[in-house]
Amino acid sequence: MRRIYLDHAATTPTHPEVLKAMLPCFTEAFGNPSSVYSYGQEARGAVEKARTKVAKLIGARGEEIVFTSGGTEADNLALKGVAYANGHKGNHIVTTSIEHHAVSEVCKFLGRRGFTITYLPVDEHGLVDPDDVRKAITAKTIIISIIHANNEVGTIEPISEIGKIAKEAEVYFHTDAVQAVGHIPVDVDKLKVDLLSISAHKLYGPKGVGALYVRKGTKLMPLMQGGEQEKRRRAGTENVPAIVGLGKAVELAGQEMAKEVERLAGLRDKLITGLLEKIDHIQLNGHPTRRLPNNVNVSVDFVEGESMLLNLDLEGICASTGSACSSASLEPSHVLLALGLSPEQAHGSLRFTLGRENSEEDIERVLDVLPGIIAKLRAMSPLLKKQNRS
Amino acid sequence: MPDVWSQYSKKVMDHFKNPRNVGEIENPDGVGHVGNPVCGDIMELYIKVNDGIIVDAKFKTFGCGAAIATSSIVTELVKGKAIKEALKISNKAVAEALDGLPPLKMHCSVLAEEALRSAIEDYLARQKSKK
Repeated sequence: MRRIYLDHAATTPTHPEVLKAMLPCFTEAFGNPSSVYSYGQEARGAVEKARTKVAKLIGARGEEIVFTSGGTEADNLALKGVAYANGHKGNHIVTTSIEHHAVSEVCKFLGRRGFTITYLPVDEHGLVDPDDVRKAITAKTIIISIIHANNEVGTIEPISEIGKIAKEAEVYFHTDAVQAVGHIPVDVDKLKVDLLSISAHKLYGPKGVGALYVRKGTKLMPLMQGGEQEKRRRAGTENVPAIVGLGKAVELAGQEMAKEVERLAGLRDKLITGLLEKIDHIQLNGHPTRRLPNNVNVSVDFVEGESMLLNLDLEGICASTGSACSSASLEPSHVLLALGLSPEQAHGSLRFTLGRENSEEDIERVLDVLPGIIAKLRAMSPLLKKQNRS
Repeated sequence: MPDVWSQYSKKVMDHFKNPRNVGEIENPDGVGHVGNPVCGDIMELYIKVNDGIIVDAKFKTFGCGAAIATSSIVTELVKGKAIKEALKISNKAVAEALDGLPPLKMHCSVLAEEALRSAIEDYLARQKSKK
């Protein structure tokens, strides 16, 4: 059976050209960038070339890019790094209720260690109100961290508006742009951010590498102590093959973005329209227009997400849900609940995130298969019966 | 989540794909409602009882693959059993009848046991009020 992968927000397949660029770094160009001889110089050159490419995609300078092990480390470095380096100025952090765990769990961690965290609400589409940010800032606020584009519902936040507020208040501003970079235009100066997290494997690069953009002058305490790599901001021998892969991935993303944004948005809208037409008691989650070009998130009434996913998987279709029937907590997605969904709706959510290898045919296949799956599950749902009675 | 799926036995997948005894019983002798929407599992179990023997059982479930499979298997396990015997069916017996469940899904077998117990208690309460 042909498999259809529709979970690109989870991870993406490594682009063949990315892999091709990485391979020599394991063999002939294996050097340590800190070594002075030719092998070292070659590796250094490759790392710096990748740094320039990452910087170029987001309108930054090379020296402002710190390579990390991924998006999670970038988020940790941004938040803990600023919190610990600026603790003398204050202990207050402003964030939202819809952050990725790589931000929200770091905030919780800091919250247990003397920092005060404000979690801002969002509206029913997942948007943060910049005015709420303004009101939340106090004399003790040292950093604001707000996700650029939400990984579950795809809502794109008003980052530049918030950036303006942060700048006026002279508070550091971090955004987790893991789902945005390489997918929509991102420019650190337009967004007015001081720190921005990037992950390679969300944009057809390899896993295990990411980057943190750190605006020049930002006071940051490193998480790793050791060698002098990354201008002392991140010790440890550079992961040269992965960094080269990230460089190639952002280069390709930059070249293909304009075309791909349009193509994916078309497929996305076809899928949304088709689902809303073919299935009753279904709703789109997230913003109707301010959303990532590849994100479709719906809640299907009366049925639970995992059982839909399992049926889709039997048909070769890979998607995702905000239901958490397998996690220890059993509680559904905090993001969907923050948007005001009921627990039933959150458990009945389905996320399809499209990517470069998806075609119109894939969308049609989902639209062919899903209504039958839902009908079968609804026939055994005790919730549907209650609805009919009432 | 799919890492859990690889731990689903063939029997779990069989009951998930072809659930037995889906639906409601008209004029049931006992109904059990368990679970809650926050956890994402809701089960309803209907039983028909003749001379102290469960002659029919049906279910409706909102939940994951394992919840559907445990609901389905418990209806098979209780059919033909005396009330006393049915009360002895534990969540372990439910899981074993499915050739095991992933550890993270054991709560689904607990839910099935509770649904059965709730249906039987409902039956016994109705019997009492008849007398």
